[in-house]
Amino acid sequence: MEDDAPVIYGLEFQARALTPQTAETDAIRFLVGTQSLKYDNQIHIIDFDDENNIINKNVLLHQAGEIWHISASPADKGVLATCYNKTSDSRVQACAAVWRMPKELESGGHESPDDSASTAQTLELLCHLDNTAHGNVACVTWEPMGDGKKVISLADNHILLWDLQASSSQAVLASSAALEGKGQLKFTVGRWSPHHNCTQVATASDTTLRGWDTRSMSQIYCIENAHGQLVRDLDFNPNKQYYLASCGDDCKVKFWDTRNVSEPVKTLEEHSHWVWSVRYNHSHDQLVLTGSSDSRVILSNMVSISSEPFGHLVDDDDVSDSEEHHAEEKSKEPLQDNVIATYEEHEDSVYAVDWASADPWLFASLSYDGRLVINRVPRALKYHILL
Amino acid sequence: MSGAAAAAAGPNLGPGPGDSPEGPEAEAPERRRKAHGMLKLYYGLSEGETTGHPGGPDPLDPTDLNGAHFDPEVYLDKLRRECPLAQLMDSETDMVRQIRALDSDMQTLVYENYNKFISATDTIRKMKNDFRKMEDEMDRLATNMAVITNFSARISATLQDRHERITKLAGVHALLRKLQFLFELPSRLTKCVELGAYGQAVRYQGRARAVLQQYQHLPSFRAIQDDCQVITARLAQQLRQRFREGGSGAPEQAECVELLLALGEPAEELCEEFLLHARGRLEEELSSLEAELGPSPPAPDVLEFTDRGGSGFVGGLCQVAAAYQELFAAQGPAGAEKLAAFARELGGRYFELVERRLAQEQGGSDNSLLVRALDRFHRRLRAPGALLAAAGLSEAATEIVERVARERLGHHLQGLRASFLGCLTDVRQALAAPRLAGKEGPSLAELLANVASSILSHIKASLASVHLFTAKEVSFSNKPYFRGKFCSQGVREGLIVGFIRSMCQTAQSFCDSPGEKGGATPPALLLLLSRLCLDYETATISYILTLTDEQFLVQDQSPVTPVSTLCAEARETARRLLTHYVKVQGLVISQMLRKSVETRDWLSTLEPRNVRAVMKRVVEDTTAIDVQVGLLYEEGVRKAQSSDSSKRTFSVYSSSRQQGRYAPSYTPSAPMDTNLLSNIQKLFSERIDVFSPVEFNKVSVLTGIIKISLKTLLECVRLRTFGRFGLQQVQVDCHFLQLYLWRFVADEELVHLLLDEVVASAALRCPDPVPMEPSVVEVICERG
Repeated sequence: MEDDAPVIYGLEFQARALTPQTAETDAIRFLVGTQSLKYDNQIHIIDFDDENNIINKNVLLHQAGEIWHISASPADKGVLATCYNKTSDSRVQACAAVWRMPKELESGGHESPDDSASTAQTLELLCHLDNTAHGNVACVTWEPMGDGKKVISLADNHILLWDLQASSSQAVLASSAALEGKGQLKFTVGRWSPHHNCTQVATASDTTLRGWDTRSMSQIYCIENAHGQLVRDLDFNPNKQYYLASCGDDCKVKFWDTRNVSEPVKTLEEHSHWVWSVRYNHSHDQLVLTGSSDSRVILSNMVSISSEPFGHLVDDDDVSDSEEHHAEEKSKEPLQDNVIATYEEHEDSVYAVDWASADPWLFASLSYDGRLVINRVPRALKYHILL
Repeated sequence: MSGAAAAAAGPNLGPGPGDSPEGPEAEAPERRRKAHGMLKLYYGLSEGETTGHPGGPDPLDPTDLNGAHFDPEVYLDKLRRECPLAQLMDSETDMVRQIRALDSDMQTLVYENYNKFISATDTIRKMKNDFRKMEDEMDRLATNMAVITNFSARISATLQDRHERITKLAGVHALLRKLQFLFELPSRLTKCVELGAYGQAVRYQGRARAVLQQYQHLPSFRAIQDDCQVITARLAQQLRQRFREGGSGAPEQAECVELLLALGEPAEELCEEFLLHARGRLEEELSSLEAELGPSPPAPDVLEFTDRGGSGFVGGLCQVAAAYQELFAAQGPAGAEKLAAFARELGGRYFELVERRLAQEQGGSDNSLLVRALDRFHRRLRAPGALLAAAGLSEAATEIVERVARERLGHHLQGLRASFLGCLTDVRQALAAPRLAGKEGPSLAELLANVASSILSHIKASLASVHLFTAKEVSFSNKPYFRGKFCSQGVREGLIVGFIRSMCQTAQSFCDSPGEKGGATPPALLLLLSRLCLDYETATISYILTLTDEQFLVQDQSPVTPVSTLCAEARETARRLLTHYVKVQGLVISQMLRKSVETRDWLSTLEPRNVRAVMKRVVEDTTAIDVQVGLLYEEGVRKAQSSDSSKRTFSVYSSSRQQGRYAPSYTPSAPMDTNLLSNIQKLFSERIDVFSPVEFNKVSVLTGIIKISLKTLLECVRLRTFGRFGLQQVQVDCHFLQLYLWRFVADEELVHLLLDEVVASAALRCPDPVPMEPSVVEVICERG
């Protein structure tokens, strides 16, 4: 049985921001934020109908500015946060805000009319994450397991923890910390760890990875020179509490055990240009997705450092439809760390990749030219992992 | 009939020899036969001559006078018929004359024979008379002989009695002499013992012992025997004493033992004692050797040491063994076993000492001395080895030599590695050394040549010094280890292949150095190493291996690393190094570009008047890299360029093309156009692998570096927002780069493509995109 062909969706604008709708557990839904300096920017709500292989989209206007980063609330389907650039006569300022989408779009159930662009609805602003004192916001990340009340934003060299109150209509700065050091230190990206009762956040600035305790807002670990060049993204292993993956301009993806930060546990060097995004699969953490400005998306199988028992033997009395696996012989032996697939549907740099929150076998990637590609994990591998 | 034939022969032989004998018909038949035979002999010769002539007379011709089938009738008929009368007459006279001559000849012969017969008869008669006289003489002789015999018998009978008496007297005399010897024995023995002539004493004792033993029942003999025994005991005592004192060296000790044995001392005990003494002596040798080893005395060189060990200990051991085998041959296998154990133990200690000494030598560099020392050591041990095959000394010695050889190989490998690292350090220093004004440092090519030749000479030196181990005159070189495994596994695999591998590894380690910031390794070193490895791949490896194989004729069948594998490794190393070089250099330029894009406020920048300094720097650096790479790598192939790609036409072409391509995106039409256009553009261009492996030529390297730099520029531009003048500045910068960078790359399209994309991205990132007039751009670039 051959794998389903990828589904491609084109946006009119350049785009960098992609997130799954984290709180949605039934439907496969991605949010994409566009970048345009000349037109009103949009947030596309992409529904993917897995059975019919059809994409439904809804467009929301995001008039505040071009979107650099987007993240969805883990608790409320309708709430999302964006980082956007506000351009006002010779000044560009990066701000962050929490928004609510119109109720009827939350679960995207209905078919949107074809002329959606003309009738595009607008987001409702809930609150600004006021950054006037702290500089440009690079990233907003939600507390992954919480009730959607805590958000961390990274502004220049500050890490800010916000409490969202009154159903997110008010953001109160709970605590903050600043990165001190020589030169202009700037956070590029941050992720909130789902482990340790969500008390840890990891950030990247230049070539360094840092871990923070959100209770005391103090640094708990620091990986100097994690990459040879700028670190572009990082992600926590959802099942192994000390493991995280990072990627950067040295074309490498590195896996770290935060208890021992002197050496990476593993290094992948498959891309031929900067790696902009790395994501663990939410359920099967051996599946790691990376997107790079060499226009490729690579799905890797990191069995040896995953939470899966490594090297276990698959029962020989395999399922009867084993001949359907075109990699049948592989199912007989434990999988090795390897690249599962390289996806080359993009023609421009891929700045964002992410897994669907509802379906662990499905992922989306977004390239700068506005092309969104939805792919599935190869069936053979899926069955191998499941059976 | 035959007479007629002979007569008839005459006329026919008219021109023949004239002395044909005349045949007298009336002779005795034998005579006739004889004469006929003679004639036949005579004519046969001539017959042979005539038959040689072509067309000679037919032998069957009845008219042929000399033929066997001569028929006188036919002949006469023929004559009568054929010849005229005159000729007939002539024939007749001729024939008559011939017949006459033959007759007279025959008569002469007969006469001579008769005379001879008569004289023979006379001689026989005379002989008869002589023999009769001789017979008489013989008879007389026989009678005389009989008389003589008779006399002789009579004399013998008379003398018989006296002879017997004389024999008896002689016997008594001998017996008396023996008895005298016995009686004198005690005193003689005493004297001998006093004089120290132990050998003599033992011999006397030996001679007397049996007799005394036999006649000990007689009182007088008994006394003598007792005396002798006392003296002998004293003698034995003294011998033992001397033996124990032991100071007098092995040969004398051996003599003592021999005498004691002859005295009938128990061999077992003697054997033990002998070995004990020998041990004492040999241990002294060993301890003196050990003292030389000492913690830190000025140890003699290893040759002297093994010499001393060889002459002192091994010589001693040899003597002991030889003496022992001679003395205690009767002991059988048990004795031999004892000796073997003895030799094994002491030999083991000796080997231990030698090994300690050799271990001190490991660090040294003088291989020839070591090999000579080992040679002596090994040679010295062959003698005891042959003597004492059971002790396994020879094998142990060979083992030691092998071990040392192996360690030596390891040492050389270390040495080679160290020298390689030393070379690298030198190169680093040379690269880091500040260039003095007016004095250029050595160029990369020179450095490369230096490194290559230095490594090669080191390898050759190592090979040469290791080769000493297999020299023909060295005693252990024909051992199977040195003929086979040492050459193939040791030298070829361990030393040479091992070194090349470790060289590749060392070189590769520069690629994975954790300091990826690029500061750790100077890029020029990477480049140089890469070229070095490539050179190894193309020529040096096979050269070195051929050299090795020639010097060490490998007879071992064990598998060896083929040249191709090593070459592949070297090539891979070279490729990785070069790729790393590209990355490092690309990174340096990327960082420059990135800083320049990130730190500038592009929204509020002024109208561009100049190319930014950083772009000039980029071009300068790229040129410098180009020169650097050009020193070591060939130019490489470029894609066919537009026929006239001189600077000017190129810039016109590119800028016009650029304008054409991006014009629509600057007009505020539908937003789709931009994407559509850039997508269409991408459809027709190949995907660019930015950090792709490079090939071994300058163009490929430069292409790699420029690709990395420009892609960085593109990504950085996309992260910024540009004002109108910001965009124009980017335009100017890109045009400038385009002017200068195309010449470095394999495919200038690539530079166009990337730069176009940079400008396009900048335009997209500009809220107010008003491009600069291409002509103005050109003017600025040319001015800058």
